Amino acid sequence: MIEISDLWFDYDGFPVLRGVSLKIELGEVVAIMGENGAGKTTLIRHFNGLLKPKRGYVKVFGVDTREATVAELSRRVGLVFQNPDHQLFAETVFDEVAFALKNFGFPEDVIERRVEWVLKMLDLYDLKDRSPFSLSGGERKRVAIASILSYDPDIIVFDEPTVGQDYGQKERLAQLIKLLKSQSKIIVVVTHDVEFVAENFPRVVLLSKGRVIADGSTRRVLTDEKLIRRANLLLPQVTQVAKHLVEFGVPGDLMWVSEIKGAILKVLGRGCT
Amino acid sequence: MNILKGFEFKHGESIIHKLDPRAKLLFSIVLLVISFIFFNPLILLLIFLSLLPLFYISNVLGDFLKTLRGSLFFIILVFVINFLTLDFIYALSLGLRLILIISCFSIFFLTTYPEDFAEALIKLKVPYDFALTFTMALRFVPTLAREAQLIIDAQRSRGLEIEKGSFIVRLKNYIPILVPLIVGAVRRSIKVAEAMESRAFGASPKRSSIVEFSFKKNDYLFIFLTISLLLFSLWLKYYLHLDDILNSYFHFGQFHPFL
Repeated sequence: MIEISDLWFDYDGFPVLRGVSLKIELGEVVAIMGENGAGKTTLIRHFNGLLKPKRGYVKVFGVDTREATVAELSRRVGLVFQNPDHQLFAETVFDEVAFALKNFGFPEDVIERRVEWVLKMLDLYDLKDRSPFSLSGGERKRVAIASILSYDPDIIVFDEPTVGQDYGQKERLAQLIKLLKSQSKIIVVVTHDVEFVAENFPRVVLLSKGRVIADGSTRRVLTDEKLIRRANLLLPQVTQVAKHLVEFGVPGDLMWVSEIKGAILKVLGRGCT
Repeated sequence: MNILKGFEFKHGESIIHKLDPRAKLLFSIVLLVISFIFFNPLILLLIFLSLLPLFYISNVLGDFLKTLRGSLFFIILVFVINFLTLDFIYALSLGLRLILIISCFSIFFLTTYPEDFAEALIKLKVPYDFALTFTMALRFVPTLAREAQLIIDAQRSRGLEIEKGSFIVRLKNYIPILVPLIVGAVRRSIKVAEAMESRAFGASPKRSSIVEFSFKKNDYLFIFLTISLLLFSLWLKYYLHLDDILNSYFHFGQFHPFL
């Protein structure tokens, strides 16, 4: 689990995080949202010790991140960066995915098995001998994800995984998150994609100007117009429609198409769907 | 990447900012020459100290000091290597000389807008393509530094420990950082070229410019002072032999190859 208490961080005196406190338990799937510059990326860089708190503390499974190396923490916290091109370097997809396993000192036969397993899971097995540089954007992103999942960390953090991805890729990512959740991992996703969050995440942490301005169920946070405005986001489309229909007796906190369909039918007197 | 702070242009209204880039370029070159003709640490230190007010009135002293602090490692490295292989005074001189070289470039780039620098190069009959290439290279240094940091973070997050292992292993550790960095730089340069071509770069052979430089009173004064400084230094060095006198005072031999 991750425990953050009164975390302060600044870049050269420019404050980015101002007293963030947060607790995430095993098996939780959490979205971190907020405007550009709210401190989301800075926050997740504390999870594996890339950044160390200036004040307050971050504990990962009880270990204070200031007392462990990035390599030690990364063994349990996998960070999937936004841009796969910042990490792809190996000659083949296989080597790329095996990189972390080698760094963590897994034996050769385990590496072989793990890489094969993760490549099959992410539908990359046919590409295993290709150069990562010759792949499409979506495939590169999946290779980057595979290179983290390969060593089976307990906490998986995705930074903006849906940017530049088509609907099919997003759907795939949602499936993957469900799968990881079923293995009771912690999954943290930084994103601006309200629709993606509304459909797939039970809990949202909203950051604004370095502070947590909301932390709770996705329905409560994402349908609160004031909060959403403060974080420079947009209400989910279904919620926008619902808010327009409040005067007809439709509840204003709907997020899903199935919900609003039911509510509209009820208003129209056709009920029971 | 604090080390680069002192080479990035910082807006300002100071008298130094307003000088013609050509005048500043001359000053930096003269300073570079002076720091190479003198060898005595006292003189070098004096030159360095007399430069500080220049940074101060340009309001860039802080950025310059950040760069100095950032390059402290290299300065100490130069000092230590020379101290171990030659002697203390020699090492001190070379360390100071490195600081002076950094200062020459720093004062120029901190107070000269990159576009103006390109314009000045063109005025000095450097072909436009070369001038542009040079300023673009400068423009992308901070971008590259930022990207390098991102790549380092990404690879460390996959368990890479750069500082671990024997010398050979450590060199090999840089491969996962250099490959994405170089691939990214090449990709970006292609994109920049495309973006420039789509805005008709090179369509007309003769380019006009919005800003036209002309020397003003201050520039002539500055150039006069700069040339006087050069002549004065040459006089001190080759007529008065000030360097040698001070060096012998320090019981400092003349075995080194720079004199």
